[in-house]
Amino acid sequence: MHTPMVQIQVRFFASLRERLGVSELSLEVAEGTSVSEVWALAAPGQPLSENVLAARNLEYVRLDCRLADGDEVAFFPPVTGGER
Amino acid sequence: MSVRVLDSPFDPWACLADYQRQFDAEPGAFGASAVFVGTMRELSAGKVVQSLYLEHYPGMTEASLEAICGEAMQRWSLHDALILHRTGELPPGEPIVLVAVWSAHRKEAFEACRYLIEELKSRVPFWKKERSAEGSHWVAANTPP
Repeated sequence: MHTPMVQIQVRFFASLRERLGVSELSLEVAEGTSVSEVWALAAPGQPLSENVLAARNLEYVRLDCRLADGDEVAFFPPVTGGER
Repeated sequence: MSVRVLDSPFDPWACLADYQRQFDAEPGAFGASAVFVGTMRELSAGKVVQSLYLEHYPGMTEASLEAICGEAMQRWSLHDALILHRTGELPPGEPIVLVAVWSAHRKEAFEACRYLIEELKSRVPFWKKERSAEGSHWVAANTPP
């Protein structure tokens, strides 16, 4: 069966934004694509380091969270330099 | 309860006085107020910092601040809670954050105030970049409590 494609928004913050040289981009991905798969598409060739945090629609999520149409996914380093 | 993200200098004590004016309408409604003010230090890890840049995630910042305030309000049955937080470029000496809580007794006020600042530091999406004579770098470790 053909998986429908969905539109998502990807954002990077702080040191990640500077390292990748991008703050925001739109991607068309297969429905159900996970957060870590989005990373691989949005930052090709860049390792997803262990301390990177992710949010979906302004709430923390795990990297295996699956995405739907219109979702905003954000990747960022530990907040205020602290640990979660 | 109220949370606000500010992109220009603020006077926490004046803001606190303004906010408390609403309590005039209900005299004696609480017995304890606890206030925490965090200020930009000049020394960080032994180095002189010229300025601090505070980045945040607009939308998620406000939502997370509201979430932790809601948790504290419920857990300690607070009368009210207020958080103000700066973003942008700050020189040493400028206030960064104000946390204030009002409750029936001091135990709840102290505990809730401590909870809010610690949760803020570990959950709310703020990032610090320090500028010193040696250049700029993102702060990678939290300050001691």
